[in-house]
Amino acid sequence: MKRFKTLLIAAAAFAAFSSVAMADIVFGTDAAPYPPFTSQNAAGEWEGWEYEAMLGVCAEMNEKCTMVPIAWDGIIPALLEKKFDGIFGSMAMNDKRKLQINFSEMYYDSTTVVIGPKGGEKNFTPETFNGKTIGIQAGTSNANYVEKYYVPTGAIVKAYKGQDEVNADLLAGRIDFIVADAVALKPFLDSSEGACCDVLGAVPMDVAILGNGVGVGLRKEDTALLEKINAAIKAFANKGGFEALSKKYKLEGLMLTAAKG
Amino acid sequence: MVAVFQPGGNMIPEVLTFGRTGFADELLRGALMTVYIAAAAFMLGLFLGQFGAMAKLYGGPISRLVAGFYTTVIRGIPELVLILFLFFAGTRGISAVGQAVGYGPIQVNGTLAAILVLGFVQGAYSTEVFRGAILAVPIGQIEAARAFGMSRFQTFYRIIFPAMLPNAIPGLANLWLSVIKDTSLIVVTGAGGELFQATKTAAGFTKRYFLFYLVSGIIYLVLTLTSNFLLVRLERYVRRSQSKLA
Amino acid sequence: MDWSWLPKFLPLLPHGIFVTIQLLVLTMVFGVLLAIPLGLVQVTGPKWLASLARGYCTLLRGTPLLIQLYLLYYGLGSVFSSYPELRQSIFWPILREGYYYAVLAFVLNEAGYMGEIMRGAFLSVPKGELEAARAYGMSPFQVLRRVWLPRAFRNALPAIGGETILTLKATPLAALVTVVDIFSVADRVRQETYIIYEPLIMVMMVYLILTFIITRIFGHIERQIPVRH
Repeated sequence: MKRFKTLLIAAAAFAAFSSVAMADIVFGTDAAPYPPFTSQNAAGEWEGWEYEAMLGVCAEMNEKCTMVPIAWDGIIPALLEKKFDGIFGSMAMNDKRKLQINFSEMYYDSTTVVIGPKGGEKNFTPETFNGKTIGIQAGTSNANYVEKYYVPTGAIVKAYKGQDEVNADLLAGRIDFIVADAVALKPFLDSSEGACCDVLGAVPMDVAILGNGVGVGLRKEDTALLEKINAAIKAFANKGGFEALSKKYKLEGLMLTAAKG
Repeated sequence: MVAVFQPGGNMIPEVLTFGRTGFADELLRGALMTVYIAAAAFMLGLFLGQFGAMAKLYGGPISRLVAGFYTTVIRGIPELVLILFLFFAGTRGISAVGQAVGYGPIQVNGTLAAILVLGFVQGAYSTEVFRGAILAVPIGQIEAARAFGMSRFQTFYRIIFPAMLPNAIPGLANLWLSVIKDTSLIVVTGAGGELFQATKTAAGFTKRYFLFYLVSGIIYLVLTLTSNFLLVRLERYVRRSQSKLA
Repeated sequence: MDWSWLPKFLPLLPHGIFVTIQLLVLTMVFGVLLAIPLGLVQVTGPKWLASLARGYCTLLRGTPLLIQLYLLYYGLGSVFSSYPELRQSIFWPILREGYYYAVLAFVLNEAGYMGEIMRGAFLSVPKGELEAARAYGMSPFQVLRRVWLPRAFRNALPAIGGETILTLKATPLAALVTVVDIFSVADRVRQETYIIYEPLIMVMMVYLILTFIITRIFGHIERQIPVRH
């Protein structure tokens, strides 16, 4: 029994140790790197346009916030499970998601594009992708878009857990095209490896699937938090916070940010 | 391979150094987290396994049914699927239990969730190891204990438990090695902060996939080889009183 | 419980099961084939070869399968970008698809575990039978083919059955490198409908049923070839 008790106490101690006290507000984001928006650098810190936007918005709310990684294709269930308070991860505000969660005001909006080999077909139609392989990140609105428009005309879809893996496979030549966010693919295309490929053009818009911008995802019952965040986003936008970040990350003019209210 | 080592005379690539520009410290922190999660999960598994084995061997029909269901289902489903399911479903269960007790919704952070999930899975396997080990205790010893008038509980504590431990060690050693490797599966939840997640982050950030997965594999190998070494010594210690041919 | 997604997504399941079983069969067949020399050389062969085999098994069993898989798929993938000529070669259809990497990783890993099993199996065949075979004038290879291997294999069957179940439980990892198996069906449903539990429950039941079937198959095979003891 003594050994028993020791085991039990040790296990409890271990478990208790792990229950880190949660910060005031915890936001979940994609665990896979998503530069220039969120990524973890070599110093083990979060960095990126979106991470700093989160900090800015939180400062407006006078709250302390942290970011935790979670697998993207499980992020909404995790939010509903109350594993964190909100989603701050470039989540497009499309119809299907609006059924599950509430979104804040839009804080940025950029275009969804097709990326392919340099010199590829710029005036593409769904038929262009017949027999070709398109890579997408699982759980994204881009994946839904490809499912709806390009799979019926014969495209082969490969789903990956992180956008960086999609990019790696495009580089390796295992997929022919990527459908993803233009700004998120910019670091890849700007890098030396990205010289292989180019943006072939924006996909025809479908607001129901691609949403009109990204917002902070919140549980439906957290109406008070929603109002706080909306006010904070407006305040941060009025201060020019988003524009300053776009300048810092060299994204000026590439995307729409929250309008000054 | 060109992809692994940069030309320029410096044997250790810059991304692999400690400090702000290198991921080595993140990897090592991940390795520590792996051992921590594995150890906590393993102990939880031992705890559950003890109960499970006792339920299966000495319990009434309901206990046996529940324990049997537990072991058959958990051991028949891939760990990857289980981890995903328990991570998203299990914490809701814990929260619900907590709310029923009046605790309010418990926020379970990624690491704790990983420990609970892995521990729960380990429990099913430990149950079988303990069950086999208990069954291997010579029945004569148990009969003698009962003849002496020891209660069932005393028999277990004084006779069965110490005798079963050496029998259980090889099985438990295997489970320890497998829990260390299974911590890598937590990566599908994105949480937990263990070694493989750190490796994926590093590889994704630097695009040096080959390098980081190789280094990560080496770290896991070090963990398993060290464990092997210690476990061999442990088994020798536990069996020190038995005759050499036992 | 929300099962509304079933009619639309159930048709995906048969293909997924087919792919999973393919992975399973390929892994076990090639894994055993590779394990036979690995086990044999540790019992008979030259010391250095035995050490190599031992080292291989330790390496493969000491690292997570997930790492092995990722190392092969993304590790090699990151090398491909430097060699665009590869895309013209005849190997490209294989190098492109995650499926083959999954099979390779599973086979190599499985051989690592089965090497130990086969080693034990070869040792478990009574020496007397081997000596009798040699006394009859059979060459070492004939002894292996006619006596040693079949007997060892039969002794190893229960363990191979167990390993088959373990391999089945390893197959979902293939979904992480774009292979469309049973597990990826749950991912597809989740992506389109945001429903997470019910598809996973269905997937778990499918795996349980497959486990049950495999256990019965091996039980049947073992009964067909009795072991005298």
